[in-house]
Formats: sequence, C-alpha cells, structure tokens
Amino acid sequence: MTIPHWQAAFAARAGGDEPRWLAPLRQSAMASFAALGFPTRALEDWHYTSLSSIADVPYTIGSGASSTTVADLTPYMINADWPTIVLLNGRWSPALSSLDSLPGGVLVLDLATAWREQPAMVQQHLGTVAVSEHAMTSLNTALMQDGVVVVVAKDVVSNTPIHILHVADAAAEGAARFPRTLIIAERSSKVTLLESFVGLADVAYFTNHVAEVVVGDNATVNHMKIQRESESATHVSTTEVHQARDSHYVNFSMAMGATLSRTNVYTVLDGENCGATLNGLYLGKGTQHTDHQTRIEHAQPNCFSRELYKGVLDDASHAVFNGKVYVHPVAQKTDGKQSNHTLLLSPDARIDTKPQLEIFADDVKCTHGATVGRMDEAGLFYMKSRGVPSETARRLLTYAFAADVLETIENETVKHALEQLTLERYAGSAVHPVIVARKG
Amino acid sequence: MSSEIEALVGREYQYGFVTDIDADTIPPGLSEDVVRLISSKKAEPTWLLDWRLKAYRRWLTMTEPTWPNVHYPAIDYQAVRYYSAPKTAKPLGSLDDVDPTLLETYKKLGIPLNEQKMLAGVAVDAVFDSVSVGTTYKAELAKHGIIFCSFSEAVHEHPELIRKYLGSVVPYSDNFFAALNSAVFSDGSFCYIPKGVKCPMELSTYFRINAADTGQFERTLIVAEEGASVSYLEGCTAPKRSTNQLHAAVVELIALDDATIKYSTVQNWYAGDENGVGGIFNFVTKRGKAMRNAKISWTQVETGSAITWKYPSVILQGDNSVGEFYSVAVVNNMQQADTGTKMIHIGRNTKSNIVSKGISAGRGQNSYRGQVKVMPKADGARNYTQCDSMLIGNACGAHTFPYIEINNNTATLEHEASTTKIGEDQIFYLKQRGMSAENAVSMIVAGFCKEVFKELPMEFALEAQQLLGITLEGSVG
Repeated sequence: MTIPHWQAAFAARAGGDEPRWLAPLRQSAMASFAALGFPTRALEDWHYTSLSSIADVPYTIGSGASSTTVADLTPYMINADWPTIVLLNGRWSPALSSLDSLPGGVLVLDLATAWREQPAMVQQHLGTVAVSEHAMTSLNTALMQDGVVVVVAKDVVSNTPIHILHVADAAAEGAARFPRTLIIAERSSKVTLLESFVGLADVAYFTNHVAEVVVGDNATVNHMKIQRESESATHVSTTEVHQARDSHYVNFSMAMGATLSRTNVYTVLDGENCGATLNGLYLGKGTQHTDHQTRIEHAQPNCFSRELYKGVLDDASHAVFNGKVYVHPVAQKTDGKQSNHTLLLSPDARIDTKPQLEIFADDVKCTHGATVGRMDEAGLFYMKSRGVPSETARRLLTYAFAADVLETIENETVKHALEQLTLERYAGSAVHPVIVARKG
Repeated sequence: MSSEIEALVGREYQYGFVTDIDADTIPPGLSEDVVRLISSKKAEPTWLLDWRLKAYRRWLTMTEPTWPNVHYPAIDYQAVRYYSAPKTAKPLGSLDDVDPTLLETYKKLGIPLNEQKMLAGVAVDAVFDSVSVGTTYKAELAKHGIIFCSFSEAVHEHPELIRKYLGSVVPYSDNFFAALNSAVFSDGSFCYIPKGVKCPMELSTYFRINAADTGQFERTLIVAEEGASVSYLEGCTAPKRSTNQLHAAVVELIALDDATIKYSTVQNWYAGDENGVGGIFNFVTKRGKAMRNAKISWTQVETGSAITWKYPSVILQGDNSVGEFYSVAVVNNMQQADTGTKMIHIGRNTKSNIVSKGISAGRGQNSYRGQVKVMPKADGARNYTQCDSMLIGNACGAHTFPYIEINNNTATLEHEASTTKIGEDQIFYLKQRGMSAENAVSMIVAGFCKEVFKELPMEFALEAQQLLGITLEGSVG
C-alpha cells in the first residue's frame, strides 16, 4: 500500500556522488520491493509475524540531525576504549565516533567513503551476499543511506571488538533508517564486531538494517548484536553471511527492545571444514513481539553448525523462533545441532517455534530440539525451603535459565554487559549485588 | 554407501494384480451431475445429496494446496472416474451373495472374507473400488449393540447417527481434498460402539482399488460413546499401473467422554516403479475429536503410494484427553511423503505424544510435518514429540517441519528430532555375527521402528515388519 510512498522516497533521493555501478543495483532492488511489497502472514517465512502495523506508516527518511552528545551515549558504550562507530539516526557521526584504537590492518570506513576509496572491493561484495528474496532487504538496498564497511586484511588477528552503535534519539520520531554493514574478513584473519541498536527516547521509528559478512578462507568472524531499540520502534535486521573453507562464523543475537522486532541470520557454509555458531537470547515483556529466523545452509562437506536460542517471555509478549538447517546433497559428514528453549513467565505470553531440518545428504548427523515450559516448581520449592524469598527465587531461576546461553559469548566484557542487562530485567535489587559480588 | 549394503534386489509389489470383473463405472469427469449420479446410485436421502452439493460448490472455490513438500504433475480432476463398482456386488447382504471372484481377490490379498477361515477376533469390512463388498462378523457384533457396516448401509439404516456426526470433525470445507471427498465419496466403513461397550474384537477395513483411472474416495466414521473402546485396523492395496490414481479419503473419529479409539493403518498402495511411473496419489484427511478423559491413538505404517499427504490429528477438546500418534513412514525409489500430525490442545490437562520414524531410501523424499498447538485455556497441557529420520543411500532426503504454537504458560512441551545415516558399524557387527547384509539392514530398521510397531496389534505388527523389509529391498543397492 505504501509502495508508492517508498517509490517516491526512492525517486527523491539525491544520488549525485554515488558510483555509477550502484544505480542499477538500487533500481532492481526497488523494483523487487515494489513487486513483493511488505511481507504478509500469507508468506510461510512471516507466518507468525505481521508487519501490517507499519506497512501503511508514511515514514520520513531520517536526516541525522540531532543534539545527542557523547555523554548521552556513555551508558551504551560497553567499553569506551574500543573503536566505536556511531550511526546517529542512520547517519555516520564523526563527532561521536572514535577510531583511534583501531588495530593495524583493519580498515573501517563509512559507506560513501568506502565506495569512493575502495570501489573495487565494495562493488565486489555489496549486494552479493544478501541475496535472499526478501522485501525488507530489497528496500534497504534501494534506500541505504549510510553504513559501515569493515575490511580486515589477511592474517590480521584483532581481538578488540569494533563497536557499531546504531543510535535513535527523539529526532528519529516518525523516521525510517536503512543502515548497511559490510564486513570483509580476508584469509586467516580474525575480527570481533558488536552491533548495538539503542533507542534514547520512547518514540516510534523504523529500523531496517542489513549486514553482509564475507568470511574468507580460514577466517573467523565473531559477530554480536544487541537490540535495545525504543519500545515503540519497529526493528527488522537481516544478516547474511558467506563462508569460505575452514572459516568460522559466530553470531550472538540479544533482543530485548522494540515493540516488534524481526532478526534474520542466514549463513551459507560454502567451503569444507567450516563451522557456524548461531546463538541468541530474547527477553519479552509488555506486548513486545520478538521474532528470530535463522538459516544455516550446509553447501559443502565436513562442516558443523551449532545453534542455541533461548527466550524468556513475560506479560503478554509473543516470540517466534524459526530455525532451518539445510543440508545440500554434497554436504556429507555434516554435523548440525539446533536447540530452542523458551520459558513462559506469564499466562498471556506466547511462543511459536518452528525448528526445521531439510536434509538431502545421507552421511550426516543432525538433531534439533525445542522445549517450552514454565518455572520449575521443584526448583522454586527447594530455594524457598532454603529461606530464599519466593520472588527472589523466581528471579534468580529466570536469570539462571537465560545465563547459560550468555555463557557462550567469548568476549568477557560483552558477556558481562549482557549478563547485567539480563539481571536488571529479572533480578530485583535484593539479588543483584549478591550475584555481581559472587561473580566478582 | 558401502558396497556391502548394496547387495539387495527388489522384489515385485506382490499386490499389483488386477481382478477381471465386470464393473459399473461412470465416465470420467466431475460436475454437479456426477455428484447427483453418485448419490442416486446409492439411493441417498436428500439431505446427504445437499451436503455433497454444498461440498462440491465449496470445492470449486478452493485451490489445491502447494505447501506440502511433494512434487507431482498437475492432477486433471476431469480425467478421473469418480465411481466404479463391481456389477455383481449385492446391496450389502450376507457374505454368501459376494461374487466368488471378489472373494478370491481378497484371498489373494491375504484377507479371507470367509468367516470360518478368519483370523479369530477380527471383523473385516472389505471395500472394493467404490463400494463395500462384504462385512464379516456383523451378527456377532450386533449382540453387543455394535454397529459395523459399510457407510452406504449406515446412511439407510442409521441416518440419525450419520446426520449427527458426518462432517462434525472434518467439515466439508476443511481443505481441498476433504471437500472433494465430501462431494464424491462413495463408500467406507461406519462403526458405532454404544455406551460402556468394549468392542470384543478388532474391527478392520480393507481397501482395494481395482478399476483403472478411478479415484477412491472413501469415508470412515467411528463413534465411540461414553466409556466405549475400540481398536480399528485399516489396510490398503492397489494394482500396478503406469498411470497415477487418486485416493482422497476422510476419516473422522469421535471419542466421547472416557472412550478410547485406537486406529491403526498399514498403507501399502502401489508406490510406482523405480522411475516414479505410476502409483497412488494419497491425499488423506484423518482427524479425531477426544472429549473428557477420552483417548485417541493413531498408529500408521506408511510404505506405499507415490505421494503421501496425510496428517492424522487429534482435537483434544475435553479435559484430561489424550492424543497419540505413532508413525513409520518409508520412502524408496521416487516416493514422496509429507506426513505428520496435528495435536490441538483445547481442554485442560490434555496430553499428546508423538513418535515419528521416517526412513528414506533410493531417491525418496520424506517430510515430517507436525503441529502442536496449545490454546490459551489448555492449562497443564503436555506434549512430547520425537521424530527420527534414517537415511539409506545418498540420493534421498529427510525433512522435519514442526510447528509449535504455545499460548499457555502452564504447558510443557518437548520436541526432539534427529537425522542420521544407517549405521555401517552396526551392519558390520551383525554381518560379523553371520547375518546377511539384507537381514542386518532389516533388523536395524526394525529396531529403529520398534517404538511404533509395539503399538500395532500383533498380526499387524508382523505384517508391517515384513512389509518394511519388502519396501526397502533394493534400496541398499
């Protein structure tokens, strides 16, 4: 319905300084979006999530104007010493970003600079990894205004996380932003990235993010995402990954904000001996709707994949998990494991989970499991019998349920930060210091 | 695939013969007139004809589902004959009236209709193409007040029951194939167990497709009154033909308070040859409704059909009701199966248990598709699902599509699935103990399926195990 609205926005774009090769990419993406329209529940991939609430909203294109200062962002920095790129309301903010601590061999550029200065590299990869037929990805490609390009040179091992902070403040109200991330890890390199989405004001806006990740031979990319959008915002994020031989891609997705969020993580294991680890935690409250869709495509032999998603749903929140492991006929010796566990705290909370295996090779070992349940009464009783007040016991058990997936995060600082966020949500102040002290 | 497992040779589909019998067959095609013709051939009351016509009109507005994970050439619904009956079939009289040719046919299938020679304790309703040709042990069952007869007979003898329950679990508007069946269904079995009666013997229907280019559209309706219990078996075969034949059945089970229905199927329709030529397209809607404390258990062994599309389901309507689904689905050569179950938890403290074993061989594609839905009022609902797939050969596929929809936080749900290749070390071990590769494979497969087979009545379990061996022969080659 708002297809004309977005077509008008597309026509109004000033694409003056863009390289020539980009125009056809954008045009075909716009045509694809116009053909597909906003996804509806009639599509199998969107069976449990409807974007109809925003399909008719005439969002403006975010301008980036804002009065947000470095001080406002301090609580979201996680570690101020890390190289940090701030995309404020969808636009790169040089004033708020700091790349001083960037290690040698790692190049970080904004999208416009990248296609000016590294045209060959950007042209080679942009739009070639995120190829799924998704209307939202097409819309991003058509309208992407700003973004981050990270290139890690071969053999460079960087353990310091690079933090990409997507900030929306009060000025984002009624606006849509289309940030794009392109990560290229060359042969035998290693890099850790953290993408945060934070909302500073309780205003409604629309984030439509696309990340493309190219993992070269023997490279490792550790990619984490924290979604803490405003609770009035709508968040759609798609990460697509292409893995070459001997590579490892690790993704962690934490979802706790937005009124409606949809996170897609798709990886293609397109070389032998690859590994993919996709983990995540979703915490729902109020009437939040949180959807995760993952797809692990085993296209070559001797690869493994591990997936663990956990969720805690309170109030009338609704979560969706849809994970697919797809094994091509040639992908013999595939070893895949997938699990999804959800804890329902309230009678009105809802979960729809759809773990899928599609297997076309015979010499494989693939399993999946899913559980849904409520608080373990025996555990509660035990804790109460030991003198722990009922409410504290409940919070502690809730935290414990979520904690084991957080334990999988390699970076200690990020792990600790996410544990804190989970604690703040579920553990009352009475428990909070105890655990923190013990963890000391 | 190691050469050691590659030594088995396929056996012919042994039920592939054709019975040469004069049949009353109507020309191909489907229209309101055909629906009226079928209804008039069966001398049906007006209300049933009206119901058929409503179904037909609804069917015209529906489109064939494309979501199942199966691929087949488009079905020309105008090329199918919707009615075929052996001319000599008597209107449901005693078995003495049954044409000897038909008796001979069932004998060849291993289903003797002669009561003296019967396996003790199994009553059979034999359905040949579009009509029921005989029902055994009717008199014996009548002593207990049990009604077991063909559907057509029930329409005349017990219209009040049919009117009350027909379409009450699977409405004619339910889905494309159920609507088609409702419009043109020809015969099937009807079974009614009165209050408090435990059926003294197994009831069974044997379906046989014989005529060429016909579709079989049967309808089974089982009603177990309060506290009643029944175990019901269903078997099916068809001749070998190079064209595909359509089979769209509907089964409705109604288990009232405290009743138990156990429904077992061994499906062995002709599956087509190794190149996928011929075979039955099997599109079946099976659903049961369980009231308070009732239990419905589906057990199926699916070895035949070129295409299988089947989801025996249970609506757990009453508090404390139980639904079970035990399934073994085997695909070999070019067979495709998309099968599973739906458990809809509506009542409180309802339980469901799903065990699905899929075996893929040759170029077969096997999908498990199952839904577990817990409605907001279903406090204390419990589900356990296990679906395992075994792959034999490197050209087949195994797929798992569970849909788990939980709207109540007191529900507890567990789902487990695994996919593995048949163990070469296990085969090696058994061979080393002196077993042939063929026996080793069949033993491993039998072990894999044991949890399901133990749910089958004994004679059926043996048959199923043999059937499985036959279906898989040649797959390890």
